[in-house]
Parts: sequence; structure tokens; C-alpha cells
Amino acid sequence: MAETTFSAPSYPVADALDRLRRSSEFVVIPLLAVAASAAIFSLFLLLLGKSPAEFFGLVWRGGFGTSFSWQNTLVRASPLVLAALCVAIPARLGMVVIGGEGALVLGGFAAAVAAIPMVAWSPPALTLAAMAAAAIVAGGLWIGFVGYLRHFRGINETISSLLLTYIAVSILNFFVEGALRDPSDPNKPSTMPIGPETMIGPIPGTSVHWGLVVGIALCLATWVLMNRTTFGFAARIAGGNVRAALAQGLPVGRIVLVSTALAGAAAGLAGFFEVAAIHGKANASLIAGYGFTGILVSFLARHNPLAIVPVAILLGGIDAAGGLVQRRMELPDATVLVLQGITFLVLLVSETLYGRFAVFKPKGA
Amino acid sequence: MDDAGLATVLLAMLAGAIRVSTPFLFVALGECLTEKSGRINLGLEGTLVFGAMIAYGTAVETGSAWAGVLVAGLAGSVLGGLHGAICRLKGVNDIAIGIAMMLFGTGLAFFFGKAYIQPVAPRLPSIQFGWWSDHPGIAKALEVNPLFLIGIALALAMAWAFRSTRVGLVVRTTGDSAPAALALGINVDLVRFLATAAGGFLAGVGGAFLSLYYPGSWTEGLSSGQGLMAVALVIFARWNPVACVGAALLFGAAGALGPALQSIGISRGYHFFNAAPYVMTLVIMVLSISPKRSLKGAPGELSIVR
Repeated sequence: MAETTFSAPSYPVADALDRLRRSSEFVVIPLLAVAASAAIFSLFLLLLGKSPAEFFGLVWRGGFGTSFSWQNTLVRASPLVLAALCVAIPARLGMVVIGGEGALVLGGFAAAVAAIPMVAWSPPALTLAAMAAAAIVAGGLWIGFVGYLRHFRGINETISSLLLTYIAVSILNFFVEGALRDPSDPNKPSTMPIGPETMIGPIPGTSVHWGLVVGIALCLATWVLMNRTTFGFAARIAGGNVRAALAQGLPVGRIVLVSTALAGAAAGLAGFFEVAAIHGKANASLIAGYGFTGILVSFLARHNPLAIVPVAILLGGIDAAGGLVQRRMELPDATVLVLQGITFLVLLVSETLYGRFAVFKPKGA
Repeated sequence: MDDAGLATVLLAMLAGAIRVSTPFLFVALGECLTEKSGRINLGLEGTLVFGAMIAYGTAVETGSAWAGVLVAGLAGSVLGGLHGAICRLKGVNDIAIGIAMMLFGTGLAFFFGKAYIQPVAPRLPSIQFGWWSDHPGIAKALEVNPLFLIGIALALAMAWAFRSTRVGLVVRTTGDSAPAALALGINVDLVRFLATAAGGFLAGVGGAFLSLYYPGSWTEGLSSGQGLMAVALVIFARWNPVACVGAALLFGAAGALGPALQSIGISRGYHFFNAAPYVMTLVIMVLSISPKRSLKGAPGELSIVR
């Protein structure tokens, strides 16, 4: 190949090539993993006597084929982006937080409750601001508590965050079916609706709400925070080796609390947008599994905030096509869950491939 | 609440503790075995759900509830074995694999379980220990499933095996220090693979109890974190199988609180009391874990308590 012929004087080019080599490893291996998962899932479908070609064709049509399906995909991708941030930010500290679903549910609930006393008199913008603030605070405190338990009480964040998810769901059900139930809605127990005039409209010309834009902006902000600030640098050191970070005098406890609170705030915002842009009230529809799919999104993106957006769109598209697949191929709605489970497993297995291929190794001086 | 009401609640909680604790007990014993070998399997929640589905399906197809229990155990050991086999690869995180297995097991269970939501499967039989009492509540409370007794016997057997057999020593050594085990010529990966597969078997049996005895049907909301709470339960029980029995009974009683109160007409706070087991798990973890010192009895290789 051409690059092997470069000799000592051409350092800048060799350096650039090396950087390309190293970073392409993080793109090629996940892509290989996705391809392998698709192959395994095809085998699964063949064993059931279904056509993989039809499945992937339907996913393409239902998720990405038309402008309508693209919008449906993007609507589902926006809570995924925010929920994935709830995993990606603590992951920089070496923490595996899987409680985004709880923070999302509680954030949505807090937003709906904050709107109840305000809708009668307040201008919509003010109500929305209060709702967003309530969601951010609720989500932030919820996952921040996980960080507190981890750092100050030594409790594993994976277990505590999932337990807190069940508690959050109970809190929602308790109030929605009790004290805060809208008596005029006989069908599904819900809080009082925030009303159409308060709800967030779509981005002009589309049916996609502003949550996607906010999610993308937060991903960029998180990337800057983690890669271009002293806070992010300290967080990565603490994630690499807590003892070394403490010995350096870094405020590890504060870093853990701030990171987990930010993570929870992102998931809480996802709940806010689900209430303010989709449902118009808080009810069991909030428990849609976005928090759990967000875990997969973050892992597929290797916890890189910039990669979260395309991965969330991919998984949002598969999710959006679920209904079409269900109707046309007579497959249960859990088909998407099986595909996600296989992808997650294969992806984690692919972790073992890093550093094994000479192609990705730097060759320069 | 008057005395009769209180007695009803206490009786219902006792009955509930015995009934609800069995899946906790099996998953906890499975997790205890896996963790003793130095690895953690958070995927047992998925194993539990898949075990429940396949046990129900098998019981519907064959007409035998016990065949369902066996198949659930075998399916559980396949899922556990998959976890064990993946974790031996270099650079793979056992906690993340557990989360993926949770998603995978649940997805598979929902996928294949659609067909079994309607049909009725034979239930596991129970043994009547309350024959001496005329009180219907007491008689009902003392209806004990054989799996509960098997679980207790298994806990005693495991405690004995860990303490005084060669196999137990091999598992403990592997869990306490992989380098020491290697120096003794133990195949660390094989021991962990087998311990995870055996742990999966027990979790699968726990799932069979859920669908074939109590609540006794297959629905997608059958398990609500029991598999995960069992992980916390093992820590609380300090990796002691016998203590797992007591802890499982305690968790069972907490889980029975909501339904018990509902049985005397207090249903307002149903969801509130439903959260009791999760709150209790958190509180117990806070009380039993200290960041200052390592836990007594904790396997040295375990990532979760470090």
C-alpha cells in the first residue's frame, strides 16, 4: 500500500493516516457488529420460515423509505437521543447507569404536574418553561441520587438505577390512578391535559417536534463538555482510575454528582417532550421503553455523544417500522426486541476485537 | 384497622411470603453460585422471564407442569451458558453482557410467548400443611409448593458444598482469586462457565414457579424485577445460601404487602405498596454496604462490590 512507502520526513501525512487508522477502528468494528447481528437475526427468521429480505425491506420502507416514515422515525429518535445521553455521560466515569426509563417517566410526570396549576392563567411559553424545569429537576435529582449512592455509599449504580426505575413507575401509577387523575377521562388514567394551546408544535414543515433539535444540541454540548473542558478531562481521569483522580486532588464526588444529575436531566427532558409534544398529559404511555432502548443506543455509539444521533435514528427507524412488520409478516411486536437483544450481545462480543487487527495500529514514527 | 383486619393482613403476608419468596429464592441461589465463582450475571431477570414463558408453553403442550419446570431449567442453563461463554472473551464487561442478556431473554420470551397468553396450563401441585386447622386463612397460608421445600433443601446443600466439598472449594477459590486458582491448576473460565450455566438453571426454575404456580399464568408483566432484586438479595445475605432463604422470605413478605392490604379492602395505595420491595431493596443495600471497607464474605473477584 502507498502509506508504507512514506519515509521519515513526511510526518504530517503519516500522523494523519495514523489518526485515521485509529479512529476507523471505532467505526469499522461496530459496523461489522451490526452486520453480524443482521446476519444472525436473518438466520433466526429463516428458522421460523420468514423471509429476512422481506423483513429488512419493510424496515427500510417503514423507517426510511418515505418522507412520512422518516418523520415517524425522527419522532421516535428524539427521546432515544436524550435517553442515550443518560447512559453516555456517566459512562465517561466508568458507570453503567440503566435507569433512564425511570428518569424519563418521572420527568414527564413532573412536567405534567407543573402544568396543572399554570395552564389556567399563564402564557404557554411560561408554562412550558416551568414544565421543562420541573422535568430537568426531577430527572436530575433521580439519577443524581444514583450517583450519590454510588460515590458516597458504595452502591452499584446499575442495580440502584434499575430499582429506582420500578419505583418511578410506581410513583406515576400511584398519582395518575389516584390523587391526580383527571376525572373527566374515563378510559385511560391520566393527569389533567395541558391543553392544545400549551403543547409544543412541530418543526415547521414537518411533524417532528423540537425535542430532536434539543437532543442534537445537547449531544454537541456534551461532546464539548467531555472533550474540551477541564471538567470533562477530570471526569475521564476519574473514570479511568478513581484512586489516581483522588490522589490528584480532583473533586471526584462532585464530578460524579454533576455528571449523574446531567444524565438524569437529559432523560427528564425526554419525558418533558413526550408530554409537551406527543401525549399532552402524563399516563402509562410514558413507559414506552425509550429509556431501555437508549442504553443500546449509547453502547452502539460507544458512549460518544456525536455518534448517538445517527444510531438513535437507526434504532428509531427500526422501532417505527415495527407496526408494518407486525401487520405484513404476522410477527409479534417483540420481534424488534429480539433484534435489539441480538445486536446488543453481538456488539458487546465485538468489544473483544479491539486491538487485534494490525490494520488499525499506528505505523508512523 | 381492627384486630381481625390486622390478623388477616399478617396471615396474608405470611402466605404471600411463602408463595412470593420461591422465585426470589431460586434466582438468589443461582446468582449466589455464579457470584461465588467471581462473576456477576445481571441477565437472570431475562432468564427468569424466558423460563416462565417456556415452562408455561411446555406445560400447555405436554400437559405436565413438571416437564415445564425441567425445560425452563434447561433453557435457563443455555442462557446462563451463553453469558458464561461470552464473558470469557478478553475485554468484555460482565455487567454490560448481563444487561444485554436481560433484553435478549425478555425479547425472546415475549416473541415466543404471544401464543401462550390465552391457553391454560396445568399448575404445579401444592402440599397442604394446614390440614389441622379449620381456619380457611391458615389452611390457605400453609399450602406450600414443593419447589419452596426443594429450594430450602438446595440452600442447605449448597452451604454444605461450599464449606466441605472439593467442588465448593474450587468455586470459592476461583471467586476469591483467579491467579491463585490458576496456580492450583484450576481452569478458571470453565468453572465460571459451569457456575453461570448452573445459576441460569436455577433462575429458569424460578421463572417456572411464576408461570406455573403463583401468579400461575403467563403474561408479559409477570416478572417485575425479581431477577434483579435477587442480585441485591445475595449481597444482603452475604453470599451465604442459608441466609438467602431468610432474605427471600423477607422480600416475599414485602412483595405480598400490597395484595395483602388489598385483600381487606385497602386498595388506595396499591401502587405505593407495590413499590415496597424496591424501596426495601435499596434501603437494605444502603444499610448492608459500606464504602469504607469491603464486605465480609464477598468473593474477591466480584466487580460489583469493588
